[in-house]
Amino acid sequence: MSILLDQATGVIVQGFTGKIGSFHAQEMIDYGTRVLGGVTPGKGGTTHLGRPVFNSVRAAVAATGATASIVFVPPPFAADSIMEAADAGIELCVAITDGIPAQDMIQVKRYMRRYKREQRMRLVGPNCAGVISPGKALLGIMPGHIYKQGTIGVVGRSGTLGYEAAAQMKALGIGISTSVGIGGDPINGSSFKDALELFETDPETEAVMMIGEIGGPQEAEAAQFIRDHMTKPVAAYIAGLTAPKGRRMGHAGAIISAFGESADEKVEILQEAGVRVAPNPSELGTTVASLLRAA
Amino acid sequence: MDIHEYQAKEILAGFGVPVARGGLAYSPEQAAYRAREIGGERWVVKAQIHAGGRGKAGGVRLCRDEEAVEAAAEALLGKRLATPQTGPRGKLVNRLYIEAATEVTREFYLGLVLDRQSERVMAVASSAGGMEIEEISEREPASLIRLSIDPAVGMQPFHAREIAFGLGLEASHIAEGVETILGCYRAFRELDATMVEINPLVTTADGSLLALDAKMSFDDNALFRRPQISELRDKSQEDPRETRATDRGLSYVGLDGNIGCIINGAGLAMATMDMIKHAGGEPANFLDIGGGATPERVAKAFNLVLSDAKVEAMLVNIFAGINRCDWVAKGIVQALQKVEMRVPLVVRLAGTHVEEGRQILEGSGFPIIAAESLAEAAEKVVAAWRQAEMANLREAAA
Repeated sequence: MSILLDQATGVIVQGFTGKIGSFHAQEMIDYGTRVLGGVTPGKGGTTHLGRPVFNSVRAAVAATGATASIVFVPPPFAADSIMEAADAGIELCVAITDGIPAQDMIQVKRYMRRYKREQRMRLVGPNCAGVISPGKALLGIMPGHIYKQGTIGVVGRSGTLGYEAAAQMKALGIGISTSVGIGGDPINGSSFKDALELFETDPETEAVMMIGEIGGPQEAEAAQFIRDHMTKPVAAYIAGLTAPKGRRMGHAGAIISAFGESADEKVEILQEAGVRVAPNPSELGTTVASLLRAA
Repeated sequence: MDIHEYQAKEILAGFGVPVARGGLAYSPEQAAYRAREIGGERWVVKAQIHAGGRGKAGGVRLCRDEEAVEAAAEALLGKRLATPQTGPRGKLVNRLYIEAATEVTREFYLGLVLDRQSERVMAVASSAGGMEIEEISEREPASLIRLSIDPAVGMQPFHAREIAFGLGLEASHIAEGVETILGCYRAFRELDATMVEINPLVTTADGSLLALDAKMSFDDNALFRRPQISELRDKSQEDPRETRATDRGLSYVGLDGNIGCIINGAGLAMATMDMIKHAGGEPANFLDIGGGATPERVAKAFNLVLSDAKVEAMLVNIFAGINRCDWVAKGIVQALQKVEMRVPLVVRLAGTHVEEGRQILEGSGFPIIAAESLAEAAEKVVAAWRQAEMANLREAAA
C-alpha cells in the first residue's frame, strides 16, 4: 500500500469543466487515476471528458461511489466547495486552489470538526500540488513522469521543490511510495505530522523525506512526533535559510513571525529529534540515500 | 497588506474603539492648522510609516505650542525614518498624524492575531503595555492573557470581560474596555485582518480609556472582497521594486545581494536563494513567477529583475511540471530579444521536455550559461557574478 491514494481510489473533480480543472483531470486520467466524474453546479446531466457531470458533490458521490475529490474551484468559492465535500461523505479532499482567504480556512477547519474523527474528511492543501502514489494514481497537478515508484514517503509544502526532490531521488535510483503536498498556506488541512503518522504505519514506506520552510509551527510539531513515535528514519530540508524576518516569501504562510519559525531554528529542532537534515537543497536525494545506507 | 496608524484608528473608531482627537497633515502649515482645530495645549506629532518602533526613532514628538508642531512636522516630513523594524534605509515620511496629547496613567497591550497553532483568531493582552509584544513575552510572560476564539460563535462578551478584568482595568473602565475588545474582534473578522494591535491601550489622568497607537494588517488573499481596504494601500511605503512586481502580478521580495533570481514556485525559489548563499553569493531578490511561466511572464520578470541596478548576474531556475521546458526556453529567448541584457545569465531547466528546452537555448545565439543541476546553477551564477565584479573593478581602476 501507499498512503491516501492508489489505483482503486474513485475520484471526482470539483470545478471539473473549467479550463484548469479540465486540463488536470485529463492528466490524472492519463496517469491512470480512476476519475469517475465531476461537479460543476448548473452543468449536471452533461458529460465532460467522457465522464458524468453533477450539480452537487452529494449527487456525484451517490451516483459514482467516489471517496476522493480534488478542488480546482476559484478562491472566492473554494471554501464552500471543500465544506460541501466534507458534508457529502468524501474521505479525502485535495484542494489545489491558491489564494483562499485565511478566515475562510478557519471556517472550513471548524466545520470539519462537526464530524467525529473517524468520519471526518481528510483535507490536503489548499495551495498545494496534491498527492501522487507513483505508478498507481495521481490526485494533483504534479508531472507524473518525474516520480519513480519506490519506498520513500515524501511530504512537503512546495510544489516545485517537491519536484526537485523527486528528480534528485530518481537520478539516484530512489523511488517514492507516496508524495504529499500539504501546501503553502498558513491554515491548511493536513500537517506534516498527519502525513508522518500515515507513513509510519504504511508497510510500503521505508523512510520519509520532509520538506519544510520558514513560518508556522508545523515542522516543530512534526519533530516532536518523530522523536516520540516514529520508528522509520526521516530526512528533512527546510527552505528559507536566507529569508529575512517579517517578510512573506511567496507562500502566504512563509513568513517568520515568531520564535522557532526561522529555518535555522527549525533545522535545530529537527536535528534534536534525530532527523537527518540536508545542508542544502542540492543534497535532498543524497541525504535520503544516506538514510537508506544507514538503515 | 499593512495600513497606517491613522487609518487603523479611523477603522477601529467605527467599531467603537475610543481614540484621541486627531487629524492628518501633509505639510507643516497643515500640521499647525490641525493642532489649532483639535484644540488643547499639547499635541503629539506622529510620523505615519508602515513600521513600529517609531517613538524611539524620533518619529513621535510631543509639542507644547503650534510653532513646535510646525517645527516637528518640518523635521519629519520628506525624511526617511529608520526604526528597528524598517531596516537601515528606513521608510519615507509623507504623512503626519496630529493628536491631542494625553496624560497616561497606565499602559496595556491588546492584540488579535491569526494563530496558526489553534487555527483560530487569538486575543493576546497584557498589563505590561508600551513594549513590543516580543519584549513583553520575554520580560513579563506571566502578564500575558491568551484567549482563542471559537469561529463558530465568535467572541462573546464574557470573553472580553475575562480579558478586561484580567488586565486589572478599574471598574469604571470595564464597560468601555469590553466594547474596545469586542470592537477589535469584529473589525478583525469583518475586514479579513490578520493582525489588530493596540499598543498601548491607556487610561488617562482625566479618566478615559484610549487606543494610543493602533496597527492593522490584512490578508492579501481576501482583498478581492475588501475593496475599501485595498484603497488604503500606500505605495510610498513599499520597496519600489515590489510595487512594480505587484502591479505585474509577480510575487517578489527585494533583498540586498547582487544575484537576480527568476524561479517558478515559492519553495523552489527559497531553496535556490539558499543554494546561491551556500555557493558564496547573495540573492538580490525572491521572485516566484508561478507555475505557468508563460513567455509574457518570463519577459516581465526579466525586466523587473534587470531594473534593479544592484543586479550583476542573473539566474533563471525553472522546474517545468505542468508547463514544458521548450515553452519556457522560447519565453526566455523572446524576453532576451526584447530586453537589454547587461549581466551574465545562467539558466537551469529541469522537468518536462528538458532536452528540447536546452536545445532551444543553445541554438538561440544568446550567451546563455546552461546548468543542469541546482548546485551547478548556483556555482555558475556565483562564478559569473565574481567575474563581473572583477571586470567592474578593473574598469573603475582604469
